[in-house]
Parts: sequence; structure tokens; C-alpha cells
Amino acid sequence: MDPLLKIVIVDENPVRAGILTEGLREAGMSQITYLAATTNLLARIYEIDPDVILIDLENPSRDMLEQMFQVSRIVKRPIAMFVDQSDTASIQASVDAGVSAYIVDGLKKERMKHILDLCISRFNAFAHLETELHRARSALDDRKVIDRAKGILMKAKGLTEEQAYVLLRTTAMNEKKKIAEIAQSVVTASEMLK
Amino acid sequence: MSERLRIGFIPLADAAALIVAVDKGFCATEGLDVELVREISWANVRDKFNIGLFDAAHLLAPMAVASSLGIGHIKVPVISGFGLGVNGNAITVSPDLQAAIAAMAEGDVADPLVSARALARVVAERKALGLEPLIFGMTFPFSSHNYDLRFWMGAGGVDPDEDVRLVVLPPPYMVESLANKHLDGFCVGAPWNSVAIDLGIGHILHFSCELFQRAAEKMLAVRASWAEGHPETLARLIRAHDRAAQFIEHEPNRDEVCAILTAPGRIEVTPELIRRTLDGRLKVSPEGRIRETGRYLLVGREAAARPDPVQGAWNYAQMVRWGQAPLSAELLAAAKAVFRPDLYDAAVGTPPILPIAPADGIGECTGTHFDPDDIAGYLSALTIRR
Repeated sequence: MDPLLKIVIVDENPVRAGILTEGLREAGMSQITYLAATTNLLARIYEIDPDVILIDLENPSRDMLEQMFQVSRIVKRPIAMFVDQSDTASIQASVDAGVSAYIVDGLKKERMKHILDLCISRFNAFAHLETELHRARSALDDRKVIDRAKGILMKAKGLTEEQAYVLLRTTAMNEKKKIAEIAQSVVTASEMLK
Repeated sequence: MSERLRIGFIPLADAAALIVAVDKGFCATEGLDVELVREISWANVRDKFNIGLFDAAHLLAPMAVASSLGIGHIKVPVISGFGLGVNGNAITVSPDLQAAIAAMAEGDVADPLVSARALARVVAERKALGLEPLIFGMTFPFSSHNYDLRFWMGAGGVDPDEDVRLVVLPPPYMVESLANKHLDGFCVGAPWNSVAIDLGIGHILHFSCELFQRAAEKMLAVRASWAEGHPETLARLIRAHDRAAQFIEHEPNRDEVCAILTAPGRIEVTPELIRRTLDGRLKVSPEGRIRETGRYLLVGREAAARPDPVQGAWNYAQMVRWGQAPLSAELLAAAKAVFRPDLYDAAVGTPPILPIAPADGIGECTGTHFDPDDIAGYLSALTIRR
């Protein structure tokens, strides 16, 4: 890829932008600008005059960008969106991944395809990371509530930690619920009985 | 077995029929299991709709036309057998601009022609003083809001591309930008004008129904290719939405409708804000002055739900006027073909009766006659155009 390609990344999520920037740098791109805030977005984009703009789909400023392309069209600086009209598979993949690419016309299609593919895989990697993080967090939350419930049972019924855990587990099995759910109801009940 | 559909929407008052059709069970009655997906930008709705992530979408009427003509984005032929609303926008200005326009007005400032001419004088005065041009916000290049503002300004002799600056802003930022004086005015749909009024930072200058008697606002759009493969589903969709529109327009249902529309995941503003729009009784100044109209937003009333090809021609004419599209008979035909009253009639049964029909189908406040078959003739009468 052309290392001199000017790329702007507009994303309110710095982690995702970081993943993307890193990937593009690994691919040899050096001129990457990251815009986190959308204030004065158009002026800043005009200033940078990028070849490619990558923006996350949940950014309300996308409509603003559309205006920029309209204006550009009038001033005879045509800008195309996505790779080209026929390449709906790329568009679909990019929208699915949550990224939208705006590409200045005249950029070689093959080159752009490369960037888009990279973005899609990076965005998917980010989504995966987020799911993992969420899972890890809820596992941690589960642990905490189970520990609290064990403590309550040990104190109230004079059980050992082992016995308290077995009680939670058998109740969960009998009620066809998760241990964390049973633990949560123990905690809630004890708070109500305070 | 009910059929699953995904429909994208933007949280606005004219998504009413979409939301009520699902949440009140009218879609389910037709055997449709519809998931409404709330989106943050028009570009998102369009892209997800264009590539098939959505089966149908809440689209700006000009956006449906632009998509079919392949201007501004990839070409995806779109049709609509159901109109989600006619009219429904308003032009709101800052208290300073309101005062300046009132001071320059020769005649009743409630008349859009009077206010537009006054705006021209304000613009000329600012120019003479070397001040920055006024800045107005609208929601999308292919939107009724863009054309409303341009039409109003043009009628008073203001060139919207030369004399002022028009910028696209997401509706929630519009109110904020008016408050911190980055904007002097904006044109947007409900409930955003009312939000600005309630914050005491703006005056509603005009309802869009004062500029035009009938202007198609949002459409329930489907891809032409999808419609071909799912004619029966489309008919059911139209029927469900027609029942929803009738339910909304039946006055005794209003409290319930407002509660449904403002629920979590839907529009999420106070029911009172939506109520003002549906009732056409809007607070227009921070002091609480009320202006009433029977036609602020038509949802199903006065045949608003029945798509009218004249609206396609009119929207296309605006695109030609402002340099967004070239003039050709082919594009005109494609623009008209987006609006499919035949599909509406076939699904619902008898066509509704139109009680107040302007002669040209639009009813422009300037009195210009719009001829859907002669765009060139219509445009030649206008001095300000691209």
C-alpha cells in the first residue's frame, strides 16, 4: 500500500481507534490522523485533505460528512463512497463490522480493498475483544456476589465455606438457575431483612 | 408462522406509524414479526437499508428519490407504498435573528414571504457591516429540511449558497448549537423545534405547512428488488401501517399513542412534546405563545399515507434547482416511480378521499405553479437556482 496515503480515523472510542491505527501502521501507513471529537469536524477534514476517511457507524457526524461530499461534488472534486457501486460485498462487510469508509475518487480500487479488509478484520477483532471483556467482567461480578452470599450463609446458618457453596450449588441445580443468580437472591433477601 | 422483518428508524415524531404498528400489534395481526432498529444517522439508515440489513426503512422522501436516482451514493431503486407523514417540520431561529427579522418586516411576519424578504434585508445589512454570514442547520443534503430552508430563503431573494451558510447537523446538536450561538437558525422535524422553545433559546418562525400545503416528509421505503420478491409481505406491511396511522389520528387514542411513542427504545422525550406535534398546537416562543394549525404533521389524515408521484417530481425538481442532479426526462420518471399509490390502493382497498388538494399537489406559499411534467418550465420561473 502507498505509505503516503492520508487517512483520517473518526471514532469516539479511543480503544477501537487505537486498534485500527496500529493495524494501518503495521501495513506501512504512516500518515494517519485520529479525530476523537467531532466538533469542527468538517474544517479539520478540509485542513487534512485526506484520501480516505474511516468513521465508526455510530457516529452521528456521518450525515455531516455526506454534506461535505455533496459540496465537493459541486466544486468538482468528486468523492466516491466505499469501493465502487458493484462491490456490495465489501460495503456489506464493512457496515456489518461497524465501520464506514469514505474514499476519495481516483484511489486505486485494489489498494482501497486492502485498507477496507484490514479495517474490517480490526473492527471484528475489537468486537471480539469487547465480548471477552464483558464476559470477564461478568465472571468477576459473579464471583463477588457468590462470595458475599457464601459469607451470609456461613454467618446465618453456621456453615463452613465449603458447605455454603454446596448449598448454593444444589439450590441452583434444583431451581435450574445459575449459581450467581441464587447468590444474588440471597444477597438481596439478606439486605431486605436487615 | 409469522414473517420476520427488520426496519430501521430515526427517533422522530414521524416514526409514529412505524412504532405504533409494531407496539400496538398491528404488524403481528398481519402475521409480521417486525423488529424496529433505532439508528443514529440518516446515512446509517440508508446504508443498512441499501445493503439489505433492513428489509424496510423510515426514509426522508428526498433520500428515497436520491437513492433511486443514484445521486449522492450508490444507486438502489427504492419504492414506497406508504407515506409516514406529510409536512411536520419547522424553521426555528435564535431570539436575536427573530428580533432582526421582525424589525425589518414589511407586513405580517407570520407570512413566510414577508419574513423571507425581511431575512434578505438582514443579510444585506450584515454584509454591509462586514459581519459573518448567518448559519442555518438542517439534517441532510437530501432532506425536506434542506429544501424547506432553501425554498423559503429563495422566495425572499436570499441565495442559500451565497448569502448564508447551510450546514448539516444531527438534530440533538442543532439545539445545542443554537444555544451556544454556533447557529442562527435551523429547520428540523418534531420534537426538536419544541425542545429549543422549551429551553428558551429559539422562536419557531414558520411551520413547514405554511410554506407548502402538502410536502411528503418520510416514506416507508423498501428496495424495488425486495418488493418484487415479497409482494404479499409488502401489502401486509402497508395494511398494518395504515391501521396504525388511523389509530394515531383518532383523537381519543392520543394519550395512549404518546405513551407508546415515548417509551424506552422509541423516541424517549416527554409525551407532551409529541402531543403538541400530533395536535398541531405548538408553543412558538419562549414566552409561551401558541400557534395552532390543523396540518402541522399529517399521519394518515387527508390521504397523507397514500404516496403521490407529484411529490417525487417535486423533490427531484428541488435537486435540479440546487445543483444536486441534472435535468432529464429519465430521472424525472424514476423519481415519480418511487411513489406507488397503486400498491397502497391494492393493499388497503379503496383509495382515501383527499379533502384539501392544492391544484399542483404541493401548494407553495409563493403561488408558483408546479407542473410535475414540466420541471424546466417550473425552474425557469425561479431566479435563484444553480
